[in-house]
Amino acid sequence: MSLITPDFGLLVWMTLIFGIVFFVLAKWGFPMIIDSVQKRADRINDSIRQAREAEEKLRNLASEQAAIVEDARKEQSRILKEAANARDKMVEQAKVQAQDEASKILEQARVQIAAEKESALRDIRKEVALLSVNVAEKVLRKELDSGNEQDGLVGRFIDELRS
Amino acid sequence: MKTWRLIFIFLLLLPLCAVAQEAPDTEVDLDMDEYLYGHVRDSYEWHITTVNGKPVSIPLPVIVISKTGKGLRVFSSKHLEEGEYQGFRIAESGKYENKIVEAGPDGSEIRPWDFSITKNVLGLLINSALLLFIVLGTARWYRRHDATQEAPKGGVGIMEMLVTMVEDDIIKDCVGEDYRKYSPYLLTAFFFIFINNLMGIVPFFPGGANVTGNIAVTLVLALFTFFTVNIFGNKHYWKDILWPDVPTWLKVPVPLMPAIEIIGMFTKPFSLMVRLFANILAGHFMILGVVAVIFLTAKMGAAVNGGLSAVAVILGVFMDCLELLVAFIQAYVFTMLSAVFIGLSRQKAETD
Repeated sequence: MSLITPDFGLLVWMTLIFGIVFFVLAKWGFPMIIDSVQKRADRINDSIRQAREAEEKLRNLASEQAAIVEDARKEQSRILKEAANARDKMVEQAKVQAQDEASKILEQARVQIAAEKESALRDIRKEVALLSVNVAEKVLRKELDSGNEQDGLVGRFIDELRS
Repeated sequence: MKTWRLIFIFLLLLPLCAVAQEAPDTEVDLDMDEYLYGHVRDSYEWHITTVNGKPVSIPLPVIVISKTGKGLRVFSSKHLEEGEYQGFRIAESGKYENKIVEAGPDGSEIRPWDFSITKNVLGLLINSALLLFIVLGTARWYRRHDATQEAPKGGVGIMEMLVTMVEDDIIKDCVGEDYRKYSPYLLTAFFFIFINNLMGIVPFFPGGANVTGNIAVTLVLALFTFFTVNIFGNKHYWKDILWPDVPTWLKVPVPLMPAIEIIGMFTKPFSLMVRLFANILAGHFMILGVVAVIFLTAKMGAAVNGGLSAVAVILGVFMDCLELLVAFIQAYVFTMLSAVFIGLSRQKAETD
């Protein structure tokens, strides 16, 4: 039956037509469509991935923020504590230093006072010596008004010098 | 609801129409064979309709190369209506029934090389032009637009959906790794078959040619798949055919398995050819048969004819819907099996 015997002419035409259609579509038709759709699919996938990443990042950011705040708070309390400590230490130190200084000044004052006293005593002693010399001179002058006495005294002095 | 009521009323009115048209002198017995085969076979003219007993048809060019030394002849097929023309005529019976033959020296019928633009060839041309228009139009949209910025609407959108469906569901899954190389062929096959199937269902002029229900057409399609499979088959594919992994006594001395495998090489495209051909042809026969009920019962009186016509119309609508489905399924199946065969020929040896 002619229905199941392929006709030669139609075979040729079909090969030719299908070949041309295939060539044209394979060159200018389908690759263009497939590539464009693929590009879009890639882009969509990319966008979704990026969005997910951004979301992730955002979530991380929040926790990071919390961590930073926590850190800051810790640091703050630490610094405050340290400051208090430093203050206490400084006060303590200052006290000790002040005491030291005070004692040093006291010492110095004492030494100075002692020195002053010494020099004052020396002055007084000198003054007393002078005074006594003066007094002795006056006494002597009065006694030497008589000549005997003068001789006696000179002799005595010479004796004194010899011995 | 309203539409359904209208259809119902229309169907009720059908018998009246039949009564009105029933004129005794136009009563002709329906030649069932001629009716069925006339609609599905190839022909040298495109019969559109018959008005007042006169056929209205488009004459098509006949291109024949004589085998009796008359050389190349090109003429319109309308010359053949009356009988012989330039020594060529359409055989009415015998081996070359309904084909152009020429008389041999001993009066026998000789078939010349026949490259006529027949109904199917014209159908192929029209459908291919339509396909090119649609696909290139779609491609043009992508060339003009940035597909990453906007998605197509309307017809281009439908084409994109179909292309991605074939690409993702059939080609990618069935071919495997380097599917990209084959996707133009498989997509072309799919859309070529699909559009020819669809145009075959359209009952009037630009459609109606039984293209994919013609064995020559499906043969060429199957051959394309056959060559694609066997030319690009890898080493493992050929090893599987010539020296498959079976007990040695199945291969030597009688090459039983290789013989089966080699037959298998040919049965695969053969099944492709017959499946598409038979499905589409059967679909055409079914619809023609259902429609024929209307004409066959014309003589049985208005009531029978009307009732059965209504049934035939409903059944016809159903059959047409079914054929739409079949048109898609057959294109899908052909493409999928081609992809599977290609995929098998590309398989890598299993690494143990």
